[in-house]
Amino acid sequence: MAEIKENAFLGPLNKNNPVAVQVLGICSALAVTAELKPALIMGLSVTIIVALSNVVISLIRKTIPTSVRIIVQLVVVAALVTVVSEVLKAFVYDVSVQLSVYIGLIITNCILMGRLEAFAMQNKPWESFLDGLGNGCGYAMVLIIVAIFRELLGSGSLMGYRVIPESWYVDNGGCYMNNGMMMMPSMALILVACVIWVHRSFNKDLQDK
Amino acid sequence: MNTQKNSYVIIYMVVIVVIVSLLLSITSGVLHTRQEDNKRLDTKKQILMSLSTFENDAEVKIYEDENADKVYAETITGYFLIDEFGKVKKELDPVKDFDVKPEEGEYAVYTAEVGGETKYVLPMTGAGLWGGIRAYLALNSDLNTVYGVYFGHDSETPGLGANIVTPRFRQQFTGKEIMKEGVMRSIAVMKKGDTADGQDQVDAISGGTITSKGVESMFANSLHNYEQYIINNRENKGGNE
Repeated sequence: MAEIKENAFLGPLNKNNPVAVQVLGICSALAVTAELKPALIMGLSVTIIVALSNVVISLIRKTIPTSVRIIVQLVVVAALVTVVSEVLKAFVYDVSVQLSVYIGLIITNCILMGRLEAFAMQNKPWESFLDGLGNGCGYAMVLIIVAIFRELLGSGSLMGYRVIPESWYVDNGGCYMNNGMMMMPSMALILVACVIWVHRSFNKDLQDK
Repeated sequence: MNTQKNSYVIIYMVVIVVIVSLLLSITSGVLHTRQEDNKRLDTKKQILMSLSTFENDAEVKIYEDENADKVYAETITGYFLIDEFGKVKKELDPVKDFDVKPEEGEYAVYTAEVGGETKYVLPMTGAGLWGGIRAYLALNSDLNTVYGVYFGHDSETPGLGANIVTPRFRQQFTGKEIMKEGVMRSIAVMKKGDTADGQDQVDAISGGTITSKGVESMFANSLHNYEQYIINNRENKGGNE
């Protein structure tokens, strides 16, 4: 039992990473990684929502009829996301403006449905909670790595703060230019592929024979 | 208990849906007033932001601060609705009538006192790449020179189109003229290096072409609605150019 608990949280951070190994949640990885800040917010929100919905589904898992389980999962996720977004709007309006579209994107994130279907339907609430946390963090980790590269090389800043001095730019007489490619969504895919590459070269057992 | 029976499935779904809708309506009911207050405060801040000059950081901070309500009441002196022929249709109180929104064919104008001078703030709406964009354009008392502008958007791409909200983009507008020789020309948003014919221009956001063009058409369309009002009120002043 102890092993399940440990794996539930640590597994998704490394050998069972939802993005790098299971290749889930790629769609939002493209959308929100042009800058670090939205990537952080998205990672945090997904972590909270996966953990909570995992717990809810795990609590009612024995009562859910198999024929409509996906619909039940979807209803739970959608309800949770709506409640969270309403609470944000009421108490931290600035954050909810920041999140705008991302909060809606969470409902469609495949990691959520994947974890509910694969883990929460078979396991107890506490393990499901850990699994949700682990997967959310694993997802956030990859998002943050990709976003750091894209924002640093694409806009010369991090979290909106300028890292590469203005005076280095060609416009101001320097010899540096931002890489416009980094801002394109396709570059996120290439960076995710690089993350997977590095990850697999450290974990030989994940490589395809 | 057999969880596969049709009757069980139907009852189960009905119960789930009822619970969830109850939960959602309670949340929305409890939080509604707070959300409306937040939205109102946010709109006030946006109007004030269009009046912030970038030379003075302290000023920007006041507008962003929680006491936006107070600053709004002190700064914004008038609120009225005009029609497309430039006639004032309703004179309103900027604080008490804040919730009165313009109806079809009506356009809002706010007036403000900044440093002893009258400024006019015109709200604008348009379309970006993914969703709506909006702006508050503050004009000097000549109703021609731009004093400041605030941009907001629903869902433009972070790092690209969403950069219209940055001071770097916004401050380009200050000092630009929307009319040339008494004719409404609006302001062009051009790629770096290109020049617009017969109108003032600002640099577009590289990589955010569609949002930048959206800003340009928002200016052209919205200013068109205010054209008669602006022309009438310039003439009334005895043509002081």
